[in-house]
Amino acid sequence: MRATAPGGAPAALRSDLPRDGESPERAAARLAARRGALIALPPIATMTLLFVIPLAIVAVYSFATRGRTGRTVLGDWNIAAYARLGEPLVLEVVGRSLGYAVLTTAICLVIGYPFAYWLTTRPMRVRAVMIVLVMLPFWSNLLVRTYAWRVLLASDGPIPAAFAALGLGELRLLFTPFAVVLGLVYGYLPFMVLPLYAALERLDLRLVEAARDLGASGWEAFRHVTWPLSRPGVVAGSVLVMVPTFGAYVTPELLGGSRTTLVGSFVVRQFLSARDWPFGSALSMAILLLMLVATVVYFRLQEDRA
Amino acid sequence: MRTTPKHRGRTVAVLAVTALIAAACAGGDDAGGAATCEPGQVDGDLLLYNWTDYVDPELVPAFEAEYGIEVVEDFYTSNEELLARVSAGGAGYDVVVPSDYAVRIMVEEGSLLELQQDAIPNLANLRDDFTDPAYDPGNAHSVPFLWGTTGLGVNVGLLGDVEPSWALVFDPEVAGTLPGRVSLLDDPREVLGAALHYLGLDPNTTDESELQQAADLVAQAREWTAAYDSGTYQDNLVSGEVVVAHGYSGNFLEAFDGLEGFAYLVPEEGATVWTDAMAILADAPHPCTAHTFIDFVLRAERGAALTEYIYYPSPNAAAEALIDTEILEDPAVYPSAATQARLRFLQDTGDFETRYTDLFLQATS
Repeated sequence: MRATAPGGAPAALRSDLPRDGESPERAAARLAARRGALIALPPIATMTLLFVIPLAIVAVYSFATRGRTGRTVLGDWNIAAYARLGEPLVLEVVGRSLGYAVLTTAICLVIGYPFAYWLTTRPMRVRAVMIVLVMLPFWSNLLVRTYAWRVLLASDGPIPAAFAALGLGELRLLFTPFAVVLGLVYGYLPFMVLPLYAALERLDLRLVEAARDLGASGWEAFRHVTWPLSRPGVVAGSVLVMVPTFGAYVTPELLGGSRTTLVGSFVVRQFLSARDWPFGSALSMAILLLMLVATVVYFRLQEDRA
Repeated sequence: MRTTPKHRGRTVAVLAVTALIAAACAGGDDAGGAATCEPGQVDGDLLLYNWTDYVDPELVPAFEAEYGIEVVEDFYTSNEELLARVSAGGAGYDVVVPSDYAVRIMVEEGSLLELQQDAIPNLANLRDDFTDPAYDPGNAHSVPFLWGTTGLGVNVGLLGDVEPSWALVFDPEVAGTLPGRVSLLDDPREVLGAALHYLGLDPNTTDESELQQAADLVAQAREWTAAYDSGTYQDNLVSGEVVVAHGYSGNFLEAFDGLEGFAYLVPEEGATVWTDAMAILADAPHPCTAHTFIDFVLRAERGAALTEYIYYPSPNAAAEALIDTEILEDPAVYPSAATQARLRFLQDTGDFETRYTDLFLQATS
């Protein structure tokens, strides 16, 4: 097949013409594909401008050198920053962050699953109201809501005061791991509830009834029918909670203390306190890669099982 | 190529614009040789990048009214934030207010304009001990704005009269048994400096084993440290979240205003003294307005108003006569001679600087 149509026609028109030996159907399909590419252009341009280019800049900085005063020297490229990723301190902070992310995801699932299931059994009107209530906190800024938690958890705040009033002694909540997990669960629970609700809503209850009719106990019906059918929602919800909590910055920074440094704060401290942009960039790239691989593996495993 | 007269006109215009841009760029590169500014001269609005809540509310309106220009303010909360914003150039600010060590970094990185001291006649108002600081000899690139000390805010209502000592945050026998927790600044030099003072070592040490000892002390203190916090420590102290907080004198005194049971102490082992200084960015769009602003702040009555508003001592000798004697005689604001003898500036440790940040992050992450 010749690559180009006979000359003369302007380039834009030329490719609209059927090519030699091409069926009209294929030509139409090719045209549709081209229109599709045109429609995809704005999102591709946006992603390039706001994601690919900044990421490329981070990648470039990760191979640069930290100057004496902390200014990044572009040139003299090296992988010293990546060599530091294996340091015990880095592994400790990454491990701690993973722990918080897994714990937060597990708690969100335990709270979110029964709630989403209960929602699907409500009348349509109640569901709509409840869904709005789940999403309502998003209408105000996360920073403001986290500061509200600071007030609630502070030593002179209502929760420790109630605790003391009951004669249970002094309660210190702010700047503790408990405060961090509480803040993370609070912030990301909706990301678990919404996909679970979407999955459970599509569940055909007659399948559960059929299982019960065939002699399955309530637990067995859940274990072998409801749970497998809702798994796409569980997977989506877990990824939506786990990935952002792993790199969370605002919540651990405001509610956590001296023993709860997570990767988000650790990276920020490289850029500000240490003025070590190459190491901060290398850390960011490593975290991105880790999350990408983890997510892909997780989806694959779930697909295999389903 | 042939050009019609009309086209030629456009070509000339393009060349002229290019030449202007080139001239502007050259001016930016060779800022020291920029046009001379006269005292009181303004060349546009002032773009001020300063610490949050660091000027009295009358200063900016008074400057705007006197010179008929606008002041656009933007704020930062740490020297590191300032450095991150301006080190790449093109930040678009005129005047910034870095602390002593940050002035040195910015001079070394070429971020600051060399001052035209003739355009700042009120430099004569500075106290003698502020005219030749170690971080910027001869005030060539910066002019002291305010100074202060870094010490401990203490809930004396709860702890009673305590010895002014770093033991309050580092000694397991003292800090470990307090009826509450402590907070330390999120700042490598300040925290390791405090630990070095407590150990009786030089806060500007370049000895690896001495620094390691200090880092070990900081790591041990994690057990009773609630947070590393440079932004809200005074609020956490007042609200009872912590009982001892490491921080800057003026912030504590402002937070303690009208409250009983709190005190600011300068530890007897020694502590940090610092200066925040006004400086002009090398690529400042309005360098003459910037010089005039610095001169304006150095007026006696402006210096006095600043100190009376934020309780940091003034480097301005002429201002002292106008400052409320209650503030002048308050040892928490103006340290006594005995205290002053124990104060040390944090100095550049050269290539060792990165060891401070690395060991601090290791001890606290």
